[in-house]
Amino acid sequence: MTELIRRTAAELAAALAAGETTSVELTQAHLDRIAAVDGDRDSGVHAFLHVDADGALAQAAASDERRRDGEPLDVLDGVPIAVKDVLVTNGLPTTCGSRILEGWVPPYDATVVRRLKAAGLPILGKTNMDEFAMGSSTEHSAYGPTRNPWDLGRIPGGSGGGSAAAVAAYEAPLAIGTDTGGSIRQPGAVTGTVGVKPTYGGVSRYGLVALANSLDQAGPVTRTVMDAALLQELIGGHDPLDSTSVDQPVPALVDAARQGASGDLTGVRVGVVTEMSGDGWQPGVMARFQESVDLMVRAGAEVVEVSCPHFVHALAAYYLILPAEASSNLAKFDAMRYGLRVVPEGNPSAEEVMKATRDAGFGDEVKRRIILGTYALSSGYYDAYYGQAQKVRTLISRDFAAAFERVDVLVSPTAPTTAFKLGEKLDDPLAMYLNDLATIPANLSGVPGISVPAGLANEDGLPVGLQVLAPALADDRCYRVGAALETVLASQWGGPLLDKAPALDGGDR
Amino acid sequence: MAEITRDEVAHLADLARIDLDDAELDHLAPQLSVILESVASIRGVADDDVPPTSHPVPLTNVFREDVVQPCLTAEQALSGAPAKEDGRFSVPRILGDEQ
Amino acid sequence: MTTTTDTLVPFDEVLERYDPALGLEVHVELNTATKMFCGCPTEFGAEPNTQVCPTCLGLPGAMPVVNGKAVEAAIRIGLALNCDIAEWCRFARKNYFYPDMPKNFQTSQYDEPICFDGFMDVPVETGDGETQVFRVGIERAHMEEDTGKSTHVGGATGRIHGADYSLVDYNRAGIPLIEIVTRPITGAGEMAPAVARAYVAQLRDLIVALGVSDARMEQGSIRADVNLSLAPKGSGVLGTRTETKNVNSLRSVERAVRYEMSRHAGVLDGGERVLQETRHWHEDTGVTTSGREKSDAEDYRYFPEPDLVPVAPSREWVEELRATLPENPTQKRARLQQEWGFSDLEMRDTVGAGALDLVVQTVEAGASPQTARKWWLGELARRANDTETAIDALGVTPADVAAVQALVDEGTINDKLARKVFEGLYAGEGTPAEIVEKRGLAVVSDEGALSAAVDNAIAANPAVADKIRDGKVAAAGALIGAVMKEMRGQADAGRVRELILEKLS
Repeated sequence: MTELIRRTAAELAAALAAGETTSVELTQAHLDRIAAVDGDRDSGVHAFLHVDADGALAQAAASDERRRDGEPLDVLDGVPIAVKDVLVTNGLPTTCGSRILEGWVPPYDATVVRRLKAAGLPILGKTNMDEFAMGSSTEHSAYGPTRNPWDLGRIPGGSGGGSAAAVAAYEAPLAIGTDTGGSIRQPGAVTGTVGVKPTYGGVSRYGLVALANSLDQAGPVTRTVMDAALLQELIGGHDPLDSTSVDQPVPALVDAARQGASGDLTGVRVGVVTEMSGDGWQPGVMARFQESVDLMVRAGAEVVEVSCPHFVHALAAYYLILPAEASSNLAKFDAMRYGLRVVPEGNPSAEEVMKATRDAGFGDEVKRRIILGTYALSSGYYDAYYGQAQKVRTLISRDFAAAFERVDVLVSPTAPTTAFKLGEKLDDPLAMYLNDLATIPANLSGVPGISVPAGLANEDGLPVGLQVLAPALADDRCYRVGAALETVLASQWGGPLLDKAPALDGGDR
Repeated sequence: MAEITRDEVAHLADLARIDLDDAELDHLAPQLSVILESVASIRGVADDDVPPTSHPVPLTNVFREDVVQPCLTAEQALSGAPAKEDGRFSVPRILGDEQ
Repeated sequence: MTTTTDTLVPFDEVLERYDPALGLEVHVELNTATKMFCGCPTEFGAEPNTQVCPTCLGLPGAMPVVNGKAVEAAIRIGLALNCDIAEWCRFARKNYFYPDMPKNFQTSQYDEPICFDGFMDVPVETGDGETQVFRVGIERAHMEEDTGKSTHVGGATGRIHGADYSLVDYNRAGIPLIEIVTRPITGAGEMAPAVARAYVAQLRDLIVALGVSDARMEQGSIRADVNLSLAPKGSGVLGTRTETKNVNSLRSVERAVRYEMSRHAGVLDGGERVLQETRHWHEDTGVTTSGREKSDAEDYRYFPEPDLVPVAPSREWVEELRATLPENPTQKRARLQQEWGFSDLEMRDTVGAGALDLVVQTVEAGASPQTARKWWLGELARRANDTETAIDALGVTPADVAAVQALVDEGTINDKLARKVFEGLYAGEGTPAEIVEKRGLAVVSDEGALSAAVDNAIAANPAVADKIRDGKVAAAGALIGAVMKEMRGQADAGRVRELILEKLS
């Protein structure tokens, strides 16, 4: 049983195809693992907000029947998956980590969820996240934090800490995350897992509860690059329900991952972003990053330094655009149609009920950003803030365009530090925001990025991630380079990085 | 320099329909000032001739055919309603204008 | 009942001291099959909350997709109003909280409307029977979505004020609207109320001709907001304006302008300043009352809608749509008047009765313009009036009218019998020919019976017969009447006359 949960999704798919296991068996194995290590808001990993054992097992049984009939829906048919609680699931609670949506059961499925179901993947449950995906630590969940499987006293990254921790703790072989400023990649980096933010428009956002519509993108959270490729090929592609969805075929990601797995990067031009280093970057992180770059050179890559001068303004642009869009998106949570309704004393008006509900239902970080966004959009400040931020966005895209004339991919550390301690930055929003320094430019410009494990930092023995960025619609380059790095690093380590993670209480190791 | 006063935060909270009490205002106002100060660096970065980007991938003219699609049932539509009556959402008394 | 304590200055006195400036914002609900941003149907009168989906209900996660047909309608309206069509424009979110707005923002357009810089020439009758043409500048026409509908429960009046709570139906939420905004209309003076009415009426006709809306003001598919300000006479400045909302009949448009002019003058005469505010029009009492004051607090925080991509109509598409435009109503009337040879009065009456298109179609079905006009403005207009029915909803089609007239022309029936045919049509008894058959209305052409009736009439009126024999042909009328009486009207009067003259020659 233990062996089963430690296999990759690709291996599980092969085992299912060969009849060596059943979907029910491996779904149950993951449910058992969740029961053993996930705990609750006070202890354990707490990656899940809602586990749907009955639903997952029923889907698994149906999958096994299809396999018996020789009619699997997809190569991943029967491989279970966890879904971030920001994607709506018909009949399954969806809270976005917020009190204001406690108990809400959507009457429809997100397109990504619909595609998972249509391919026969049993959905284990919904994973924890910072409230409405605002945060880099999952501590802003109204339902208690998720804890990093490497050290339960530390953050698993955010906002998708639940999905990353779930795959890192072998509670699920696959998970779906969403990435607005790094919420897939940064948790991947600090939990020693793989996370991909596809090209904006590459995966449908229909049914993804929007944080910042022009930045949000759903993507794979996995333990290997190949698993991510399989999953993105499944969930990606045009969706007529999302007007911003790109109407082009998904690039051949699995092929790219397979090509990269040879470990050969001959002829690949790699740019190291000058602006993503220096003050505030943890030495152990930079050391692992440099080591990886050296390995890429040894694998045949041509590495140059590339300057993207406007990246230094990315954080400011991001913290204007995101709150602005979010303040408008979150207006719909008003106690009228669904979710929490707080009725103050007396005979309150609709307006008073809205105000009381939004005060009680939103956490501090959400309130901060709504107010900041309201400010940025106000008539007197629009040009100075929001308008400027949108222009800076153009400048950042120009930096990317210039860089990609010289190189095929850009690389940087995914996050400036390893996982910090729970509570350390909880009431220091600015320090928290700095976690996303390296990941934000990709969201502003819509380009794809992958984070792959790059080893452990010397000073704390915690995982470091390396990020590969490629031009829009060239997600395959992320997979090729990511897979190559995965191969050369694994051979250096003698196995996957996650093998070095400590055993969890309640788990077999 | 970018400074956001307590009164301004109270006004913005009102616009955003969040009933912040005094303690919350005391707590949030200085934090917002710090954040605002850090993002204020953006002013003057881009010249007038730089076009703004509102959509990261430049698509245009994405239209739908004018063909009726299935709706939710009233039961589904009202399934999350905090209060309902006669197939409608029941909401507290509305102040202000008839729209 | 809503009463008022406003000081009102008599209309004539207002004009002695002030110049009015008008502005009109008209919302047109499109008649597309589906909503602006989702595939829900737009039918009026469905059970509450049965025409909603995650998108128009504002459920978390749902996303909008633009209805291409609505964009097409917007462009056609813009072209018909002589507007420029944007080469590139975006939707924007207008942020404000209101329970009947599912997302608490309205998806609209802000500084990039799809249509802009147009005009409409509006002929307005002056008091002395002349017509003066006002050119109304169109600032913009843009696309947006409608809100849901609230029913207020409890309280004394069923109105919003004093209600205990409200019930919301979101079926209307997301129905496509085109908002058409005029530039300030100045220089209309005493004509201002009439210009406002004529503009809305002509805009409605245009919308009907374009076929893009049901254009029923009483159902709210066309809603007008009236902006008005006064400036000291001859000063040339613009005063502070008020915006009177939801003025939902042509008559009310005129009355609301008149009322606000009198009210503004009362405020200004009293040395006060006019508040920039929203006013509510009360159809029952003909007054406006204060709504919310427009203040700095009203900050809609517009920004480009990130879930929708820009609309960039190609010039080829715009020209294709231009080719589908119906004739401009003013030009069309002039052309028809010329073709038909109607007098100004005849033409005005035809338009005024709402029968212009009916006459056009009747002529197309084969009737002469004068006979078509005669039936629609005579018998049928009377019937519409008596039964309080719209003239195009009587159950009589232009083809029916042409068929009736054809029966008259071929001598099967006469005008008097034709009225009986119309009665049959009102009652849904079939086609005119079937009704003639079933009701036995055909003129008797049995020469024997007719000849006998003529003989009877001559015998019964010897004095009249003598006069005719003496050459006083005009006297034949009395004998014709007698024959028709005997034949119960079912005779061809022309043939009767011929027979009488034959027999008495």
